[in-house]
Amino acid sequence: MGAAAFDGILSGFRERPESLIPVLQEIQTQYHFLPEEALRAVSRRFKIPLTQAFHVATFYNCFSLEPRGHHQVEVCVGTACHVRGGQRILDRVLRELDLPGNGTTADYAFSVQPVRCLGCCALAPIVRVDQRTYGHLKQSKIPKILQHYRSLAEVAA
Amino acid sequence: MSAAPPRIVTLTDLRRAATRGRRTLLPKQPKILVGMGTCGLATGAEEVYEALLDEVQRRKLNYGVTPTGCIGWCGQEPLVDLQLPGQPRITYGRMDARHARELVRGVPHGDLKPKWAVGLLTGYENPLTGRRLRYSPQRARVDGVPRYEDLPLFRSQVRWAARNCGVINPASLDEYIARGGYFGLHKALSASAPAGIIAEVASSGLRGRGGAGFPTGKKWETVARQAATPKYVICNADEGDPGAYMNRTLLESDPHSVLEGMCIGAHAMGATEGIVYVREEYPLAVTRMREAIAQAEAAGLLGANIFSSGFNLRIRITKGAGAFVCGEETALIASLEGREGEPCQRPPFPAERGFCGKPTCINNVETWADIPLIVMRGGEWYAQLGTNSSKGTKTFCLVGAVKNTAMIEVPLGTTLRKVVEEIGGGVPEGRRFKAIQTGGPSGGCVPEALLDMEVDYESLTSAGAIMGSGGMIVMDDSTCMVDIAKYFLGFLADESCGKCFSCREGLRRLHEIVSRITEGHGSEQDIALLEDLAWMVRETSLCGLGQTAPNPLLSTIRHFRDEYLAHVREKRCPAKVCRQLIAYRIEPTLCNGCGACVKACTSVAILGEKKSPHRIDDAHCIKCGACLEVCQPNAILVE
Repeated sequence: MGAAAFDGILSGFRERPESLIPVLQEIQTQYHFLPEEALRAVSRRFKIPLTQAFHVATFYNCFSLEPRGHHQVEVCVGTACHVRGGQRILDRVLRELDLPGNGTTADYAFSVQPVRCLGCCALAPIVRVDQRTYGHLKQSKIPKILQHYRSLAEVAA
Repeated sequence: MSAAPPRIVTLTDLRRAATRGRRTLLPKQPKILVGMGTCGLATGAEEVYEALLDEVQRRKLNYGVTPTGCIGWCGQEPLVDLQLPGQPRITYGRMDARHARELVRGVPHGDLKPKWAVGLLTGYENPLTGRRLRYSPQRARVDGVPRYEDLPLFRSQVRWAARNCGVINPASLDEYIARGGYFGLHKALSASAPAGIIAEVASSGLRGRGGAGFPTGKKWETVARQAATPKYVICNADEGDPGAYMNRTLLESDPHSVLEGMCIGAHAMGATEGIVYVREEYPLAVTRMREAIAQAEAAGLLGANIFSSGFNLRIRITKGAGAFVCGEETALIASLEGREGEPCQRPPFPAERGFCGKPTCINNVETWADIPLIVMRGGEWYAQLGTNSSKGTKTFCLVGAVKNTAMIEVPLGTTLRKVVEEIGGGVPEGRRFKAIQTGGPSGGCVPEALLDMEVDYESLTSAGAIMGSGGMIVMDDSTCMVDIAKYFLGFLADESCGKCFSCREGLRRLHEIVSRITEGHGSEQDIALLEDLAWMVRETSLCGLGQTAPNPLLSTIRHFRDEYLAHVREKRCPAKVCRQLIAYRIEPTLCNGCGACVKACTSVAILGEKKSPHRIDDAHCIKCGACLEVCQPNAILVE
C-alpha cells in the first residue's frame, strides 16, 4: 500500500493541525484501521510530527493500529448493561468466537470490543454489530446472531 | 428533496414557515407518527415505518406517515402514534410490522385498536409560547386508554428542554418553527441588546446542565467581556457517562433547539463561529444535526446576516474519537485542536482563552436547548421552578431496575423517591430497591435512606454523588455495591488520560484493591487503605475526572459498608454477583430434568439424566449464568 493510496482521503481536508483527528477518523472508517503508511502520509502532508500523529492515534479509542475484522461486534458494558449482565454477554461472545480477550478473530471475520454505553440503556444489555443494535439480549441468542453474520460472509464469498 | 426551501429573513417569513409547519403538525388527514430515535430503531422502528408506508400506499389512503423523535418512553419502543384530525393522539407501544399494518387497516372502519394503546394525548404544552398544541378537545377520551396526564410516568414531568421531542418531525424546520422555534432568535436579534440577553440568562439561574452546574449567565458575561476575537461557541455533546442519553435524545429529536440556543448565545457574546462536538458513538445524532445545520443555512438562519441584522454565525460538527475525558472542557478543546485529549490547568478558563487561544463558551446540549425558553419567556419565568440554588428543569435518564425506563424531565427539587417510585414505577416485583446511581462515573450511589432528598446540585453532592449530566441507574438487591465500585474504577482507570500520576496510578491501585476484595482476598485494612488512597487521588488530580473519580467508591463505602465487610470478613457476596464468592447449585426438588440447562451450558458442567434432577459439576462450572436464563422451574440457585 503506497502513500499515494491515501491522497484521495487527505485532499478532502484543510492542511492544518485541527484536521488530524477528522482525517484519521476517515481513514479508520475506510480501512477499519490506521496503516502505518497512512500515519506517515498524514504526518508529511499536514506537517505534523509523526510522534504527534502516533500519540493521537493511540490515545483515542476509535483508532486501531491493528487491522480489524470484517464485522465489528461492540458489546456495551455501560452501567445499565453492566447491572443487567453485560459482562457475561461479553464473555459469551468471546467464548463463541474462541477469543482469549478483546480483539480480532484469526480469520478477520469479527472484531470484538467492549464499549462504554451506546446510549440505549433502556434496552440493556445490548450488542451492536456493525450498524445494527440488538437489545434485551440473552446469552442464548448470541450464537444465532454471530451465525447470521458468518453466513453473510459466506454468501459474499 | 423538492425545491430549495424559502429563505427566512423577516418576521413575516418566519410566520409563513410556522403556518407551513402547522399544516404538517396538525394535518387535515390522519397522520401516523413513528418514534425513530436510536432506541426506537434498535427495537425495529424502521420495519414498522416501512410497513406503515406500504400499507397506506397499498390501500391508497391519504394518510401521512412521518418519523418523530423520542417522547422518552423508552421501555415501550417502538412507539407508533395515530393522530386523527380533531381527535386525541393515541400512542401504541411495542409495535411490530404486523400490528402496524393491522392498525392502518382498522382506521377507515373506526377501529382504533384501544387494546394496544398505552396513552392518549389531547394536547401538548408548549413552554416556548405558553400555548397548547391542541389535538382534540381536552375532555375527549378513548375507552380504556389512559391519558398521559394520568400516567404516573408523565403526570409529574415538565418538558421544557424536551419540549419538541416526540412531537415534531426532527427533519422538519417548519414544524420546529411552528412550535415557536427561531422566534426567540428573532427577538434576540431585533429587540434585545446582547447585555440584556445575558442579564436574562443570569436572572434565570440556569446552571450548566453538563453536570458541574456552573452558572451559565456568569460564563457568558466572562466571554462577552473579552476583547479578543474571533470568539467561539461550542456545544458539548460528548455525552460519555454510561447510563445517560439525554443529549442524544435531544439532538436526535429536536436539533434546531440546540442550534437556536447557540445562535442566541453567539449573538449575546459576540461569537462568530460555533462547533457541535458529538460523540462518535451517536451516528444518528450526528446525521440529524448535520441535516439541521444544512436546513438552517439554506433558510438563512445560519450564515451571513441572519434576519438582516448583520449578525453572522457558522456552525460545524466535529465527531469525538472515543475518549471519556473529552467531556472535560479543556480536553475537548485539545481534541478540537487535533491533539490528544489531555486537560490543562485552569485558569485561564476557556471563557478567556479557549479554542485556538480565543474566548470560547462551552455549554452542554441541554443548556443550549434551554436558552430559547429564557429569551422568549424571561429569566424570571424560568426561575419559577426549582430550588433556591438550582432553577428550572432537568432531563434525566431513568434506567436499570425500574418498571418504566424512560428519559424524563422534571423540575429541580423533585425528590428522588418521586422519580424512582412514582415516575419510574419502582423496582420490578420480587426485588428490593438498593440504590440509585447518579452522575455517571463521577457520581455516587444514593441509598434508600436518602431517597426523600430533593434533587439539586448541592444536595446530591452532600450525599457523595453529583448531579452529573443526568443518568440515573436504579439498582436492586441483585446488584453488588462492591462490584459497582470495581466497575467504575475499572472504567475510570481505562479512561484516565494519564497526565496526572495520582489519577493514572492511583485509580489502578484502587481498582486492584477492590478487585482483591471481590475475589475474597481482601482484609478490613483494605477498606481503610481505599479511603486513604481515594482521598489522595481526589486532592491531587488536575481535572474533574480525577477529582471526582473516587466518588463511586467512597459513596458505596459510606452507604454500604456492611457489604464491603461481608466480602472481607465472611468472604461472602450478599448480592451473589462476585464470581469467586458464589457457586451454582441445582435444587433437586425443583429440577424437573428438562435438560434445557444442559443445552445452554457451554462448559459441559451440568450432569444428569433426562427427567431426573440434574447437578452442577463445580470443577467445570465457569459461573456464566447461561443456565439461569433458561431454567423454567427456577431450580438453579446461586449461593
